[in-house]
Amino acid sequence: MTTEVKESTITVDASGVYYRDLNQRLRDIVTNGTRKIELRNVHGQRYIGTDLNKPVAIEIFGTPGNDLGAFMDKPVITVRGNAQDGLGNTMNDGEIIVHGHAGDTVGLSARGGKIFIRDDVGYRAGIHMKEYRSKKPVIVIGGTAQDFFGEYMAGGTIVLLGRNIAEGQRHRARFIGTGMHGGVIYLHGDVEDYQLGKEVGVAELDEADREVLRQYVSEFAGHFGLDAGEMLKQKFVKLYPRFLRPYGRLYAY
Amino acid sequence: MKDLRNFNNTYNDDKVIDACSIFGAMDTSGGRFSGESVIRAIANMHDRGNGLGGGFAVYGLYPKYADLYAFHIMFLTEKSRQETEAYLQKHFNLVDREEVPTRPTPAIKSPPLVWRYFCEVGQHQLGEKSEADYVVARVMEINTSPNDSFVFSSGKNMAVFKGVGYPEEIAEFFCLEQYRGYIWTAHGRFPTNTVAWWGGAHPFSILDWTVVHNGEISSYGINRRFLEQYGYTCTMQTDTEVIAYAVDLLIRKHNLPLEIAARVMAAPFWEDIQRMGGEEQKLALALRQVYGSLLLNGPFAVIIAHHGEMIGLTDRIRLRPLTVGEKGDMVYLSSEEASIRLVCPDLDRAWIPMGGEPVIGRLKAGAPVAARQKAAAGKAA
Repeated sequence: MTTEVKESTITVDASGVYYRDLNQRLRDIVTNGTRKIELRNVHGQRYIGTDLNKPVAIEIFGTPGNDLGAFMDKPVITVRGNAQDGLGNTMNDGEIIVHGHAGDTVGLSARGGKIFIRDDVGYRAGIHMKEYRSKKPVIVIGGTAQDFFGEYMAGGTIVLLGRNIAEGQRHRARFIGTGMHGGVIYLHGDVEDYQLGKEVGVAELDEADREVLRQYVSEFAGHFGLDAGEMLKQKFVKLYPRFLRPYGRLYAY
Repeated sequence: MKDLRNFNNTYNDDKVIDACSIFGAMDTSGGRFSGESVIRAIANMHDRGNGLGGGFAVYGLYPKYADLYAFHIMFLTEKSRQETEAYLQKHFNLVDREEVPTRPTPAIKSPPLVWRYFCEVGQHQLGEKSEADYVVARVMEINTSPNDSFVFSSGKNMAVFKGVGYPEEIAEFFCLEQYRGYIWTAHGRFPTNTVAWWGGAHPFSILDWTVVHNGEISSYGINRRFLEQYGYTCTMQTDTEVIAYAVDLLIRKHNLPLEIAARVMAAPFWEDIQRMGGEEQKLALALRQVYGSLLLNGPFAVIIAHHGEMIGLTDRIRLRPLTVGEKGDMVYLSSEEASIRLVCPDLDRAWIPMGGEPVIGRLKAGAPVAARQKAAAGKAA
């Protein structure tokens, strides 16, 4: 399947198109120089955006399938709806903006790029995210998260805004940051100690933390037309790894 | 052993997307709808399975015989059909019987015989047992007899259709677009630990209980041994079978509310029980002590159904996905939201439940099907 493309925006009707054929079509479109793509009637096609290593803007109408933006490098994907599991799997660069909620393992093993989810996320968001020098992945979540939030986190930044958590109400997630050994989580809304993994420390934000939070919350607010000032006025705590190598001696003592 | 990579993948690379798919749709007002939308929804998750199992459960499809047990039985030979039919004639009043209508479907190779029998239990046949216990005992006898007959379903006004193939192929084979029901559940299989055969496809069923499952029950052995003490014999060579018998035991036989049964199968962790106080803690401890052997260990997302209810449940740490959609009287459960949106784009609400917490679609009061099946249940009690 080849696609001759000259226009600045290409609209693709994904209705009934098999995911491999859809992704091939996207590769063709991007190779031909188009930098704006609209996908209509998306119903569960997987791996959208996975191997388009160009700064292309993709707007998705419908429900993209699992592993949206997996291994992605540079595209900016906007989802007008909810996303499924494995969003941003091992993503390297680019952005994913979801105007709705996302399923399990958001940003698993991500090593760069930014993910903005307007509402809630499922289990294991940010699991084993990592960073190296300038490559620092970021996830900002507007609502709450389910269990194993930030599990085995090794780097990067996660912000949990808890916009649907009333004052004094707790997040329900358990096992937050279990196995965490790098990166940082900024969290609004209450959590009890038993909800945290034993590798997690809790601290007040310092000025450097506040600056980072301000930047990411402002970007989040910009994407969804919200007031960053209101969100930043609320109380946040910082979750950090107490040990960089919690089990360094487990097999060698 | 087939090379699954070649079996599943015509694109000549090594990608295999492996996970079962589950889907359920219920009209809580009792309205019956065609299987067409359910078939499209489960087919949208085609890639989660690998063509080695597909199946459907339908509730409310036999209004003409609503008060009769509808046995759907698979026979591996014509001789086994004759023997089992003689057995049914001896133990039930056989009101009607026919081969389940099928159409030639290229993908369905050498299917077994599948027949349905509509029957009632005569008072003289019943003896001391309750009618439901009597039926369960007969199902176990047929399944364990050496004549290669296996009961796919044995409830009233419901049926299981299943076999080896992709779910949409099984639907085509059994002409499922022609049936109407108020609950439909569906399954696409990716067999992990056990053989792919017609009996091993989902749903698994006893009386009007059905279960479709994505995951693995690693506690299968201990669950099976516990259930054997209550007369349930596992014959389908697949872990999910224990869930069907467990819900029958807990909810029908032991009369536990559904929410309590869910806390047996997906019990709270000990550390959570420690933090509970008073009555809640006593209940949680009692459940773990009495029913510890029915704890389902390992990853699972299931859709359990019986007349009046469709239930979604995952393991406590949600190692398999389950998502919910609601639109008016309709409730949808699915491995993937895209399948729900495909058949109902404008949901009122879409959400993802917490692990171990059941999501329940219940028939509304005054729904026509409920009235019928309640009357039938009353007669049985």
